[in-house]
Order: sequence, then structure tokens, then C-alpha cells
Amino acid sequence: MSQDAISALSLKELHDGIHSGQFSVMEATDTYLDRIERLDGKLNTYITVLREQAQQQAQAIDQQIRKGELTGPLAGVPYALKDLFCTEGILTTCGSKMLSNFISPYDAHVATQLKQAGGVLLGKNNMDEFAMGSSNENSAYGVVRNPWNTNCVPGGSSGGGAAAIAARLAPMVLGTDTGGSIRQPGSFCGITGIKPTYGRISRYGMIAFASSLDQCGPMAVSAEDCALTLNVIAGFDERDSTCANEPVPDYTATLNDSVQGLRIGLPKEFFATGLDSQVAAVIERAVKEFEKLGASVKEVSLPNSHLAVPVYYVVAPAEASSNLSRFDGVRFGHRCENPKDLMDLYKRSRWEGFGEEVKRRIMVGTYALSAGYYDAYYLKAQKVRRLIKQDFVDAFKEVDVIMGPSAPTTPFKIGEKADDPVAMYLADIYTIPTSLAGLPGMTFPIGFAADGLPVGMQLIGNYFQEARMLNIAHQYQLNSDWHQQVPAQFA
Amino acid sequence: MEWETVIGLEIHAQLSTNSKIFSGSSTAYGAEPNTQASLVDLGMPGVLPVLNKKAVEMAIRLGLAINATITPRSVFARKNYFYPDLPKGYQISQFELPVVAKGHLDIELDDGSSKRIGITRAHLEEDAGKSLHEDFHGKTGIDLNRAGTPLLEIVSEPDMRSAKEAVAYMKKLHALVRYLGVCDGNMQEGSFRCDANVSVRKPGQPFGTRAEIKNLNSFRFIERAINYEVERQIELIESGGKVVQETRLYDPDKGETRSMRGKEDANDYRYFPDPDLLPVEITPADIEAVRASLPELPDAKKQRFIQTYQLGSYEAEALTASSELGDYFEAVAKGTQDAKLAANWLMGGLAALLNKHELEISASPVGTDALTQLLNRIKDNTISSTAAKDVLEAMWHGEGTVDAIIDQKGLKQISDTGAIEAMIDEIIAKNPSQVADYRSGKDKLFAFFVGQAMRASKGKANPNTVNDILKQKLEG
Repeated sequence: MSQDAISALSLKELHDGIHSGQFSVMEATDTYLDRIERLDGKLNTYITVLREQAQQQAQAIDQQIRKGELTGPLAGVPYALKDLFCTEGILTTCGSKMLSNFISPYDAHVATQLKQAGGVLLGKNNMDEFAMGSSNENSAYGVVRNPWNTNCVPGGSSGGGAAAIAARLAPMVLGTDTGGSIRQPGSFCGITGIKPTYGRISRYGMIAFASSLDQCGPMAVSAEDCALTLNVIAGFDERDSTCANEPVPDYTATLNDSVQGLRIGLPKEFFATGLDSQVAAVIERAVKEFEKLGASVKEVSLPNSHLAVPVYYVVAPAEASSNLSRFDGVRFGHRCENPKDLMDLYKRSRWEGFGEEVKRRIMVGTYALSAGYYDAYYLKAQKVRRLIKQDFVDAFKEVDVIMGPSAPTTPFKIGEKADDPVAMYLADIYTIPTSLAGLPGMTFPIGFAADGLPVGMQLIGNYFQEARMLNIAHQYQLNSDWHQQVPAQFA
Repeated sequence: MEWETVIGLEIHAQLSTNSKIFSGSSTAYGAEPNTQASLVDLGMPGVLPVLNKKAVEMAIRLGLAINATITPRSVFARKNYFYPDLPKGYQISQFELPVVAKGHLDIELDDGSSKRIGITRAHLEEDAGKSLHEDFHGKTGIDLNRAGTPLLEIVSEPDMRSAKEAVAYMKKLHALVRYLGVCDGNMQEGSFRCDANVSVRKPGQPFGTRAEIKNLNSFRFIERAINYEVERQIELIESGGKVVQETRLYDPDKGETRSMRGKEDANDYRYFPDPDLLPVEITPADIEAVRASLPELPDAKKQRFIQTYQLGSYEAEALTASSELGDYFEAVAKGTQDAKLAANWLMGGLAALLNKHELEISASPVGTDALTQLLNRIKDNTISSTAAKDVLEAMWHGEGTVDAIIDQKGLKQISDTGAIEAMIDEIIAKNPSQVADYRSGKDKLFAFFVGQAMRASKGKANPNTVNDILKQKLEG
């Protein structure tokens, strides 16, 4: 089978092709390695490409498959990881100069899961430094470009992974989402991605940004591919105390359930000022498709959602300011040259190692936790966070799922918002409320705006309703081909 | 008007769990640097803490022993500051909701009265590593073996009014944690250490400004450091100065405290609940399970010793200083059926040897069986008390069993009345003038005759028999 044909396959087709002997794991791996080599110069979606290691892994897995030792759905499937998942013996930069020399001594939980499932790690994806950003312009390893228009940003912070999927430089990647870092770049790049319920997947080995919000999730072409991946990575891990000890369903088992009778809620706050009219039009069209499939639509209200962005920009930087304290130049990571004393070592190592946005958030977070300000900022933010969560609890009394835009606009131009942090923060206005509530949220492509750039639908479910969400997105994808579109230069 | 001293203590007890509070690394003391530091202890990117339930159970044990409230839902918080031996840049501790709230401990004062010291709280936290300044050619080495070792910080109310009370409180708590098996109490290794908050005031006035004295790791240092600090503060105020709130370090070589950092240099720790850890939920059933496993506590044991063995309060207090000592005493008291004798020897001869060799009772080379045999040889008149001291010393040095040593050293007491009578007849015959004096009313001379008899028998004559026969013959 030709490389072009292989790169058009879904995870299930890849698996079937390998296991029926149509092509080898090595051929599948080389397909993606060659595409990365040929095309990634235009996009910069990878910080590290593991050509040699991936080929060795592919060879070993080919043998294991031949001997019948590996049969699982991801056996032989190539994938990539956002560069904040620790990978043993492999550079793990978190998009930062601070970790430009950090070879992780261990594997993140999800890296272990995928390794054991027989996946082939192609490399590590570019990202906003320490997952802080909505455009992937905050990477110490250069901006990532949007495959649909290389003058535009791919979104962030999992922008490298999202763009890699859109350009078919990997059939599946893992990203992370703290305030929208899977959903917003997923929307910008026209791919499918899911941020599960907080606690659904172990955070062990994910370099922390904001611990109470961080959650990892798959990004792929289709909901079905996300379901296959979630089957492997979801579940309890005793190394993460916040990981939920909830049973894991087979996420593929209910993909074909009907959406007849599904009650969809549209939060009126998500369709108010700030939403680009073209994006709104695409969303409305997709909602009508669901009505055609038998769903009912109802307006709901999330009255406190306008407070989500300010709350988030207190809570997340506060946690980040503490999480990032370990990067001090003492044990690992960047250390300044010739420190004259301990204070100088700390100050210069951190000054040189961290980028501007990271420093800004450390400052904001430190301030929010300071004596005399804690009650007014951090504590108040946590109280409002509970109100935001309650809004969702109330809404889910009336509807089964909530739909709305994943992002207020289509991808913006590189550099357009780089000097305006607040404008940049508003790119996550529709994804942040879900994150603060700890609810699962996903994005899937539903068409293009007049500028030719993709628009994503955000689907929000109740706690641990990932199976239902994937089912709903899958039903849409059975009736549309938006997710199958590939940008012309990468087809 | 006299000055009044006000003292509150913060005691850090290292919990005797096998593994660390948030990782599976060993907590054993004295290993090669950084051989007991896991990825979690090193604060590697991406690692997460998992609470050691044993540490929580130990905190509950202490809480119940000090009659404290156990917090049904306590919270771990991050205490943020930069230091090279603090790998994550924050210490996981408890701040607003500690696992143990309000309790108390009663101490015995010199006059025999009892005083109740309030305990504000006890919270769980992780220890930091150690900075090593030697052998690194001007650089600092970091040993993270200790990082993540579980500590229980026990904070008292400012209820103590003298260094003596502070020491009594600390000793009492020291005994308690060892009874409970939650801390080995090894002060030299830093398993049990103390910071003292000291201030002075005129009685009836509000509290004065306090100074915190750091890292006092012996009972002697605490007493000296507090007394020095109290004098310093009084002199300062009386000469028109003002005490400033600061942290001071005690220098045991110079016997003084000196300023370490002022209030203005104090860190803003930016405490906030650790989002990596869930709140610790403790149910009434959990508490009852721990309560059921508690040993007899020192106060209860002391009362029982007074009642069962008719000991005085002072003896009972001394013999319950550790549960091992109490057990030792009870074994010997039962073996000899003579609690008084057992108590005397434990607090006398054996205690002297233990002190001299700086050993705990549990490490005594003379076990309960050996001491019981020895005391039974006094009771059955085989040897005198004086001779028994020699036997004890010989047993201590491993020279053999009680009876073997008695034989070997020829210490067997002469109780044969015939032999003693003959000896006494001879003494009476040799000392006619003393006999005459005694008989004319100089009672004090009786001791002279006893002395003569003992000398003649080389100390082996049974003193009771000597007394009886002497009395008979002299009264004659």
C-alpha cells in the first residue's frame, strides 16, 4: 500500500491493515516519519522526531505481532506525544528553554500505557511553553503554523499535536488541556479531540501547569480514533491521588448508539457578543444536522460563565507559580553560567530559562497567593469556581449535553495577538468554564468559515460521560466528511 | 515587680514509618547521600505525591493520647519557598486544617502539683533534605535522603512559665511519642527536635514580643537556651530597649542565642491547598480502630503502679518514663514479689550503670531474669545488698550468671549462727572496755560492734543475724 494511502487510514484501518498483513508496522511508521521529514519544515509541529527509535520499535512490534504476542487495537499504531509527557531516555522540553537539556528518567503513565499497547512513538510535539498559551507562539522551539493557512496560528497549547493531526504527520497524538489546550487548537486545526473528566486519566508524568485543571486526552482525525485511544489510557493509577477510581467503559461499544431523543443545550452566553458571526453560522448549521438526526435543542444558561476567564487567570497562574518552583537550576534543567551565589543561581537560571508568558503567569500567581491578597484573589476565585460548576449541574438537569463553539473565532494570524495577552486569553472563553467545572469537553470539526479556516463544535458532557460524547460526535461524523478533509499542501 | 516568662513550644517528631510520607522511599537514617531519594523525593517534573496512610494513623494515635479533636477532613497545603534542599520549591504541610486540633498534656511540677499545657494543633508535613557544606570545594552538596520524611509538628499554647516547665513538657511528650510507637525519639539524629517561642511580661500584662529559638535538640540545650533568652530580653527591656520579633539560633558552645533573621526577612509562604492531594477524610470508625490499638499510656500506667505496687508518685513517674522501663520493672517486681526492692534497684544500681554507659533500658546487658535472680539472692539471704552491687557490675560486664559470680567471688553470706556467734564472742572478748561502755548506756557503740563483726567476716556475715546475736550477747 502506498504511503499516501496509509496516511489516509484511521486507527482501526491501520490496525486491520497491519494485522491482516497488508503492510507492516515498519511501513506505517516510515509513512509518518517520511511525511514528517518532507512536510514538517512548513509547520514545526515536532520538537523531537525519534526516527531511529521508532524504527527499532516498529521492527520489534512487527515481530511480536507476527508471533501473536500483540493483538490490541493500538498494536503497531504510530503516535506522538505533546512534549510535556515525560518519556524515559528522551528529551522532554515542555516547550521551554528551561528543559532544553532534560532527558526524563521515567515514563509518564500514559506513555507507559501506549508503549504496552504496542504503539510506536514517532516523536514529541511542539507546544506553548509549559502549556501556557493559545497560539503556540510561546514555544522556545519556534512557532507552529496552521496547516490550513500557514500564516495563521494552530491554537494552543497543544498546537503542535493538533497541526500534526491536521497535516497527517501522526494518526493520533496525546495533548493536554488545562483551559482549552486540546479543544481550541483542535477547533483551529479542524480535528477531533477530547478532554475527559478531570481525574479520568492519570496525570503522573505530565509536567504540571495547573494541577487542579490539567487533564490529558487524545487528538485524532475522528471520534472513533479518540475512543480507541481513550480505551488504552483511561483508568485508575494509584500514583495520582486525584485520579478517579471509576470503572472504564469500552468507549467504542456505544459509538453506534442513536442520537434520537438526545437533548442538546445551547448556552445563550456562548452565542452572545464576542462570537464571530461566521463561526456562529457554522455552529447553527451543525446544530440543525443534529436535529435532523433526531436530537432536540434547548437554550440553557450558564449565568456565571462570564467570570470563568478571570477566575481561571487567578487559579491557574497561582498553581503554576508553585508548580514551576522546582525549576530552580539546582537538580535538572537550565542553570545559568557562573552563578556568584545561591540567589544569583535562582534568579538568572529562572530568568534565562523561562519565556515571557511563563514569567508573567508566575508573577500573577505569586501575587494572587501573597499574604493580604490570598482572600481577595485565590479564595474568591475558588468560590466563584464553585458557582460556575453549579451552573453546569443545573443545566444538566434539563439537557443531556451542551454544545457551542470551541473558540470564538477561526484561527488568527501569527503575531496578531502576541502583544495583547488579554485578547489572547479570550481565545479560551468557551473552553475555560468546562475546565473549571472539571467536566469533559470535546471538539470536532463541523465545517469552514468563509476564510477557508475550520470551525469546531464544542461538546460538553456530564461527569464521566465520555462514551456518550464520543458516540454523539461519531454519529455526526458518520453523516459528514468535515473530519476527512486534509489541507491541500498536505494531502 | 517580677518578670514572668511565657513559653510555647513547636516540636517536630519524625514519624517512624518505614517509607516516606509521599513516596515509597525508605526513611532509614544514615544511608549514603541520595540513595534513598526517589523521583518523587527529587521533585522531578511530572511526579505526584501519594499520602502514606501510616503517617495519618500515627498522627491520630498522638491526637488521641493528648485528648485532642481529630479533624474529620484535614487538608494538605503547600508552603512555598526556595531552598536548595527543598526540591519542589514548596513543602507539603498542613495549614488551615491540621489533622489534630486542640488537645492537652499534663505535666508534673517540682512541688508535685500538676499543670495542664494546652496543645493548639499537630499537623503532618514532609521534612526537607540536608545541605552539606564540607568537601565540596566551596560549593554546597545536597543530600535528599531525608526529603519527604514524615514529621508531626506539635504546637503548644504559650502555657509554660519557666524553662523547667518547658523541659518537663518536652520530656513528657518525648515519652509519649515513644510509648505510642510513632517516633523513636532519637534527639541526636534529629528525630525529635524543638523550636521555642519565648517572651517576657509583667504578670497580668498582655504577651510580650516573642523570639523564636530554632532547632533545640537536647533537653539541656532547651533549658539553657530559654534561660539565656529570658535574661537577654529582661536586660534589654530594663535598659530601655525593645524585644523585636525574630528567629534566633542557639549556639550550644557559647551558651547564647543570636539573631538569625528578623520579621522583615520572613518568607511569605503563600500557603494554598495542594491540588495534587485530596483532603484527608477520617471517619469515627477509623478513629475507634486506632483507639483500640493504643497501648496503656504513661499517666494511666503511673496510676496503676501507685495502686498495684504501692509506689510513691516520684517512683511511679520515674518508672513509667518509657514503656520499656515500665515493662522491665513489672517483670522484676513479679519475679521477686517485691516491688519496692525492684523499684530501688531499677532507680539505683541499674540506673547508675545505664547512665554511665548512656544506654536505654532496652539495651541493658542485664535482663529482667538476671536482675530478678540477683534480687532473690538478697531476699533469701544468700548475699548482702553490698555484695549484690558487685554481682550486678560483674553481670553487666558479662562475667556470668548470678550464682556463678557469687561462687566465683566468694560472696555468699554467712548466716550460720554458730560461726557468727563464735566470731562475736571473740570480738566481745577483745574489746572489754567498749562492752562496758555500751552496757553503761553508750548505745551508739552498737554500730562499732556491727562494724567489727562485718570486718571480721569480710562483709559476708548476714547483717540481720549479726544484729540479733550482738544484741543478745551485749544485753547478756
